[in-house]
Amino acid sequence: MAEPADKKRGATPEKPKPAGYFEGETMTRRTVFALAGQAAGGVAVAVVALPVVGFAVAPIFDRPEETWEGVGSPDDFADDTYRQAVITIVDGVGDSGKTTVYIRRGSPTLDEDPNEFIAISTRCAHLGCPVRFVQAAGNFICPCHGGVYDFEGLVIGGPPVRPLDRFQTRVNGDTVEVGPRYSVTNDLEPVRARDPGEFTGGIWEYLYPPRPTTPPPPS
Amino acid sequence: MPKLPSALRKPSKPGERGNGARRDGGGANGVEAEPHPVREKTKEGAIDVVGWVDQRTGASPFLTGLLLRKVPKGTNWFYTLGSATLFAFVVQALTGVFLAFYYVPSATEAYDSISHLTNDVFLGEFVRGLHKWGATMMIILIFLHMGRTFFFGAYKYPRELNWVIGVVLLILTLVMGLTGYLLPFDNRSYWATIVAMNITASGPVVGPYLADFLRAGSEFTATTLPRFYAVHMLLVPGLIIALIGAHLYLVVKLGTTAPPWLRAEAKPKSSREEKVG
Repeated sequence: MAEPADKKRGATPEKPKPAGYFEGETMTRRTVFALAGQAAGGVAVAVVALPVVGFAVAPIFDRPEETWEGVGSPDDFADDTYRQAVITIVDGVGDSGKTTVYIRRGSPTLDEDPNEFIAISTRCAHLGCPVRFVQAAGNFICPCHGGVYDFEGLVIGGPPVRPLDRFQTRVNGDTVEVGPRYSVTNDLEPVRARDPGEFTGGIWEYLYPPRPTTPPPPS
Repeated sequence: MPKLPSALRKPSKPGERGNGARRDGGGANGVEAEPHPVREKTKEGAIDVVGWVDQRTGASPFLTGLLLRKVPKGTNWFYTLGSATLFAFVVQALTGVFLAFYYVPSATEAYDSISHLTNDVFLGEFVRGLHKWGATMMIILIFLHMGRTFFFGAYKYPRELNWVIGVVLLILTLVMGLTGYLLPFDNRSYWATIVAMNITASGPVVGPYLADFLRAGSEFTATTLPRFYAVHMLLVPGLIIALIGAHLYLVVKLGTTAPPWLRAEAKPKSSREEKVG
């Protein structure tokens, strides 16, 4: 049995050099091939995984085409009450793609242009239940959790975090048309459409950043 | 009669000698009953098959370790809650596979296909009922199982990782509940999903994008239902199965804990302790 001390002193015969060894190499051939093999495997995984992930998240960046839908002639609408209309906001999902909109003419008493039309969305700003305009009270009332909005859609009670959303409007010939949705701040400043439950204005414009799926608000 | 591979034989009880295979040393009273020829042949055949598979897989030590492992004193009915949850998952997986034979994940056809499979298909109501009520059962059982683990202190070292895996499984089970709720596509499931997406979207910074991802857009679109369906029947079940594997591996590897009301039995003091104490 060899003395263990001999080993420490390097008295054992030198190990044979691996194949392909040359003076001054920093990496053995085995290491190079192992790394190359792993790199090739990584590339193969990425080639499959990245497109698949992109495929799944693509709708985040996809803005659907704006649709405008006629809801009646300008003479149909008064400035002191709302008229209902049903518009289709999503195609191909049957009735669940439809929504009710409350439309009126701009009122001079509210500092609005009488030639513009106001289209209020019925989607409650709390959790998205459908609100209803109650003529007697002049308010929008949500059946789910008791959210109340005034005539202009500003919150006057309950849990909603911002005024009711609106839809862009335009007059095309003698038809009033309703277009894409936008949200408003508490001062009725238009901002990009938000989901219910999200605040608008101030710091919330940064905490709920604009999404590529929504069109920019009307200026 | 060929012998079972030793690893497959029942381990002997403490105090009993040998490997349990010693019992074939002749009847206790020396009179061996005449073996029934057909029964003997059947037994032989079965043992031959088991032995053949075992010789080629070497699975028997693994299986004996899994099935005949020791459990601590005091193990009681509360310890079956995990298996009960697993059983509920298996029921969900099986009924889910067969519900997929009839279900159509399209916003315009989903409701009709559900009412067809419920009302027209033979036993459809039963299979759908199993899936529906089984989902509730699984949620209840998983929470009871979690409560058992918590109150018995079974999450402590060295089982913390299994607790973490269990929590992920709990969340995935709730995701199954959420995504499955939409699939019948009646008014209730539609509005429940709308509300769930709006709650998701109200999370700061990432919330709006996450909701857009789940809905495939800023509104509930024709792509939303197939998405939920794919998540419900492919993505999350795959994750759950993988994590259940890890969960069970750790249970078998680490063993289970004794209930907290059992105090550790006083061991006879070792000679060293005696000297010091």
